[in-house]
Amino acid sequence: MLAFLIKRSANAIFVMLSVSFIAFMIFRFVGDPVELMLNEQATQEQRDELRNRLGLDEPFIVQFGTFVSNAAQGDFGISFRNQQDVLGMIAERFPATFELVIVATLISLVAGIPMGVITAIRRQTWYAEAMQFTSIIGVSLPSFVVGIGLILIFSVWLGWMPAFGRGETVDIGWWSTGLLTHSGRMSIILPALSLSLFQITLVMRLVRAEMLEVLRSDFIKFARARGIPARAIHFRHALRNCLMPVVTMTAMQIGGLIAFALVTETVFQWPGMGLLFIQAVTFVDVPIMAAYLCIVALIFVLLNTLVDITYAMIDPRLRGAEK
Amino acid sequence: MTDIPAPTPKIKPKTRSRRELFFDSDLWWSFKSSKSAMGAAIVLGLVILAAFLAPVLSPQNPYDLAALELWNAELPPVWMEGGQMPYILGTDVQGRDILSGILYGTRISIFIGIASVLVSLVVGVLAGLTAGFYGGWVDNVLMRVGDVLLSIPIILVAILVSSVAQAMLPPELREAGIAVVLVLAIALYSWVQYARVVRAQTMVERRKEYVQASRLVGTPARRLMLKHILPNTLTPVFVAATLNFGLAILIEATLSFLGVGMPPNQPSLGTLIRVGNQYLFSGSWWIVLFPSIQLCILVVAVNMLGDWLRDALNPKLR
Repeated sequence: MLAFLIKRSANAIFVMLSVSFIAFMIFRFVGDPVELMLNEQATQEQRDELRNRLGLDEPFIVQFGTFVSNAAQGDFGISFRNQQDVLGMIAERFPATFELVIVATLISLVAGIPMGVITAIRRQTWYAEAMQFTSIIGVSLPSFVVGIGLILIFSVWLGWMPAFGRGETVDIGWWSTGLLTHSGRMSIILPALSLSLFQITLVMRLVRAEMLEVLRSDFIKFARARGIPARAIHFRHALRNCLMPVVTMTAMQIGGLIAFALVTETVFQWPGMGLLFIQAVTFVDVPIMAAYLCIVALIFVLLNTLVDITYAMIDPRLRGAEK
Repeated sequence: MTDIPAPTPKIKPKTRSRRELFFDSDLWWSFKSSKSAMGAAIVLGLVILAAFLAPVLSPQNPYDLAALELWNAELPPVWMEGGQMPYILGTDVQGRDILSGILYGTRISIFIGIASVLVSLVVGVLAGLTAGFYGGWVDNVLMRVGDVLLSIPIILVAILVSSVAQAMLPPELREAGIAVVLVLAIALYSWVQYARVVRAQTMVERRKEYVQASRLVGTPARRLMLKHILPNTLTPVFVAATLNFGLAILIEATLSFLGVGMPPNQPSLGTLIRVGNQYLFSGSWWIVLFPSIQLCILVVAVNMLGDWLRDALNPKLR
């Protein structure tokens, strides 16, 4: 077990080092920071002085080392555009993205699990077939198109919900939440729905496949023979055995959702980290781009590693057999 | 008189053309019996045909600025009040015909999709073959690179590569280079999938007797890999390629929608949606709606074909 832990952690650290190398390379590729920070009248001496102060005259590997150790301490420098601390800017936007992702995940579970069960136990009926068919479409629809469609129907034509922004927010400590006000709750429905659509179909397909597998097993046959009502068999006994993979997949997908939320945030002008990143891309604000990449990759890698380790703790067969 | 033995009649082996073989195959049978696969193939065929006939079919060349008439701006579709021929689906704010824009845009989307699938396929298959055949450090390095790429969300990689590369392009290359950058940005991620599939299969194949035998007669490694092992690894590659084609179109559309993809003067479907999105609240919903529908039709058709192909080629499901 200890060997497995060390191996997984080493793997995660290797990935994070590679990601920070990519982030570091963006700095090198996109222009000379000295030219970006000084105006055109600056003398050669001023340039050299700044170059020296930023550590840009050091060897490449030393610069990379400095970048990594600063990043590990949360210091990603200041934004080129508005001269604020990058980490602070991202932290300020984090609650918006996080709430969006959590609500989307909840929607996907609440909608996806029953749909998966129904398509598995009522396989031949027209509504199960229809759900199966829609799920292919659900996987294929681009999430920004779904978002635009929702805005068009529910905001422009029906006028039920706001099309952009977060509504009113309440501050609890440093966390600003939109879930406690009416306008905040109304605002989160459409973006969360459009973010969760893909996820719903994933959950549904997974639950369906697992249910079909479990329903074939002996203990279900035995329960049937004992005369336990079908409802109890399906929901109490069979479904319970399907939930573990669903939980795992959901946990692993959260990292992906945080990254993918940037598309949804752009459509709905949702003031989260993703929108900040897209704006930074437009203005080539490299420190924000690099910091966002590192932070999202960190969340992604941490979640995956945690899930793997938890799995190995539950299922000892996995400890030896790592690819 | 000596008997001349009558020549034995040569039994002509029944040769069947490739065409006959194809129409007799399991694959074709499975295709014929799947309504959704047939439907998807017909729709996809029509979409591709229309896109490649765009110069003939479309009433207007959307790139020709002289053809734009501003007094025809923001016309609604023809079946609504105020709509007029030949602008069947209406016009955008510059008087550009929506239908023509869609046809040309689909062409760009399909082109980028195909190109990125080809690039990632070639790179992935070669990497997978090499890694699986030689093993050792080559295998380790290639697969580690793949692992790292897959542990970063795809959309981030694509956005970063495409925006950074565009910033680095010299201005005179920017027009022509963007499509190439997009193709590479998408391929950078998707080659890993082919590489993994081919590697796993190669590792199985290289231990088989026909490979050993062919090695004994001195077949060079390159020929062994490309002529003997490669054909036996291709089935899962086809499935992955179809599904990746849909994914590539989606990513390109997303990048263009976010503003790091195709520019407005060479719009793909994603760019058209990005531009149309700005007029969502002005009541001109058709500018954004029709390109969106076309994008959905295209991706849904490709994915349904891919889904069918995966099931049809899966020996476990036969």
